[in-house]
Amino acid sequence: MIDLHPNIDAELIPILEEVADPEIPVLTVLDLGVIREAVIRNGKVLIKLTPTYSGCPAMDVIGDDLKAAFLKKGMEAEITLVLAPAWSTDWISEEGKRKMEAYGIAAPLEETADKEALLGNKPLVKCTNCGSTHTRLVSQFGSTACKALFQCEDCMEPFDYFKCLK
Amino acid sequence: MKDQDLYNYILGIADNSLILGQRLGELCGHGPNLETDIALTNIALDLFGQTRSYYQYAAKIAGDGRTEDDIAMLRNERDYKNVLLVEQPNTHFGHVIARQFLFDVYHLQLMNALQHSEDEMLVAIARKGVKEVSYHKRFSGDWLKRLGDGTDESKQKIQEAIDHFWPYTDELFDMSDSDKKMAEQGIGVDLTALKDEYYKQISEVLEEATLTIPDNPYSKRGGKQGIHTEHMGYILTELQYMQRTYPNMTW
Repeated sequence: MIDLHPNIDAELIPILEEVADPEIPVLTVLDLGVIREAVIRNGKVLIKLTPTYSGCPAMDVIGDDLKAAFLKKGMEAEITLVLAPAWSTDWISEEGKRKMEAYGIAAPLEETADKEALLGNKPLVKCTNCGSTHTRLVSQFGSTACKALFQCEDCMEPFDYFKCLK
Repeated sequence: MKDQDLYNYILGIADNSLILGQRLGELCGHGPNLETDIALTNIALDLFGQTRSYYQYAAKIAGDGRTEDDIAMLRNERDYKNVLLVEQPNTHFGHVIARQFLFDVYHLQLMNALQHSEDEMLVAIARKGVKEVSYHKRFSGDWLKRLGDGTDESKQKIQEAIDHFWPYTDELFDMSDSDKKMAEQGIGVDLTALKDEYYKQISEVLEEATLTIPDNPYSKRGGKQGIHTEHMGYILTELQYMQRTYPNMTW
């Protein structure tokens, strides 16, 4: 069961909104959907964090950044890494997807379209520079494990595409 | 240790990912071009991520104060349970792709089956791993076809690589005593049941790649029992250097 509305105490939201993904700094941890729980218990902030990819090096940084952000407000945070349920790109918020595109990374397509695009069957990924879908896959892996590298055949812009992960 | 068999079982899976990840990591900055360089090191990263989850779990089961790092860095060669296939050298790009593909097909089968384990933690790791590994298989399978159905030279090199690694594939389905006990308890996967499907899938892709399916009954094994090839010592020397030279150092 995928929980799209994790249990997060309202008063913690402004602080969580200050913590960004180190690889995609326009996205907050809430946009990314990696916070599975954030509650205050006995004066301590307890956070459940889920990794995007098993080996994503951003996770350690995010954990440290979260602790630092809460410490600045005089709160101690305890981070627990949870694997289940496994993170999915569906958990990236709509707002997050818009910010990602504006930053120059094409947002994940839905699963079937994603497969077609990554197999090179159909040009479906939209160029973040000119908006053309006349794009081609350059490499199945981009600058990080979560992205693939595309190039626009119209404006020639190379850009990252955030792969659909279900 | 109370759960020695579970501990051994987890290490048997994790060590394959660690050693293959280490091999791929050697290619960082040395890939044939930028895209494949990045792809191979990203696959290494996925494998290391999975390895960490397994070792963290194994450390908890051991319960003797050892950490994931101790398990990764401070064992002796005989204590590593990875199959011989994953420790074989990179040699050339054809070898890298052939070794990867022969492992990825097995790895994906294992991840799929492990999702039905009675052990909740292994299910969680497998559910996450299956998404990553299916992408690895797509990458290595695509390259296998591209090289096989490519130029005369690429075809000859990838065929030579497939022939070279073929004898190492049978060991993937060997089951240690701990593997058998875990499979009986519904925690582990019955590897012997995966074998036919494995060779069927491999043969299909080899055919599509216009390559010849090797007909070689000879097989090499021993890694799962800790008896490794001459390459293993060199891998561990590099992997363990910092911890052996500067005990307990951290980044």
